[in-house]
Amino acid sequence: MADAAFLALSVITIGSAIAALEMRSLIYGSIALMGSLGGIAGFFLLLDSPFVAMFQLAVYVGSIAVLILFTVMLVKRELIFKKVEDKRRKFVGIALMLIMMVSLGAVILDSGIRQITTDEPAVDFREIGEDFLTYYWPALILMGLILSGAVTGALVLARRVDEENGKHIN
Amino acid sequence: MENTLTEFVLVSVALLGIGIYGLAVKRNFIRMLFAIEIIINAANLNMVAFGRFIPDSAGQTLALFSIAIAAAEVAVGLSLIIVAYRMYHNIDIADFRSLKG
Repeated sequence: MADAAFLALSVITIGSAIAALEMRSLIYGSIALMGSLGGIAGFFLLLDSPFVAMFQLAVYVGSIAVLILFTVMLVKRELIFKKVEDKRRKFVGIALMLIMMVSLGAVILDSGIRQITTDEPAVDFREIGEDFLTYYWPALILMGLILSGAVTGALVLARRVDEENGKHIN
Repeated sequence: MENTLTEFVLVSVALLGIGIYGLAVKRNFIRMLFAIEIIINAANLNMVAFGRFIPDSAGQTLALFSIAIAAAEVAVGLSLIIVAYRMYHNIDIADFRSLKG
């Protein structure tokens, strides 16, 4: 049976995920998204994986959420509060969400994973480090290249071009 | 472990449903990015939960890779938002007509 910490974390995570999408202001929405990502980090702690939880806090709550906040601040003020929504589209979206949740939930409850329990100790984070440097080393190098390529691409995309004399500024 | 695997997977399904709702209904570029983030996090939660209950270190390793790739995706997505905003002065995806294939 679920304990109190699990219930509190699921309320925080799911509630702030809904708030992130439904809040009127995009700034409050991104703060709610931060709460949701922090809740996921709490789930990682419950699952005895503190290393992934710290990574999640550093990458998501620390950098991505701040990046999103700054982008929101660059956008015009009335666009932050503008909400364009089709009533019919919203209805279809909610129906899609409910169908998805009910069908996937039924499949999961009917499958054999209810019987899976474990008494074994959690995986030590030293094992993760070993994995990274032995079996997964090509993937680690590839990931570094992808990250540097993505950051360079983002900088090139966001660079402003001076229209008149074709010179790049910034 | 007091919590069972089913509970974690059900939370992940709920987050996936919310993310799909956001992608289907919202027309704001930044909100769609929020929805994508929520879906990615649901996937990460699933990986770590299965990795804990099997138990195997591959779940956590893959979740770490996934978090790093998601960071790259958000950086590119946000710079696309800035470029599109500079071109159209709006972040409503219905206005990005010339991007239509």
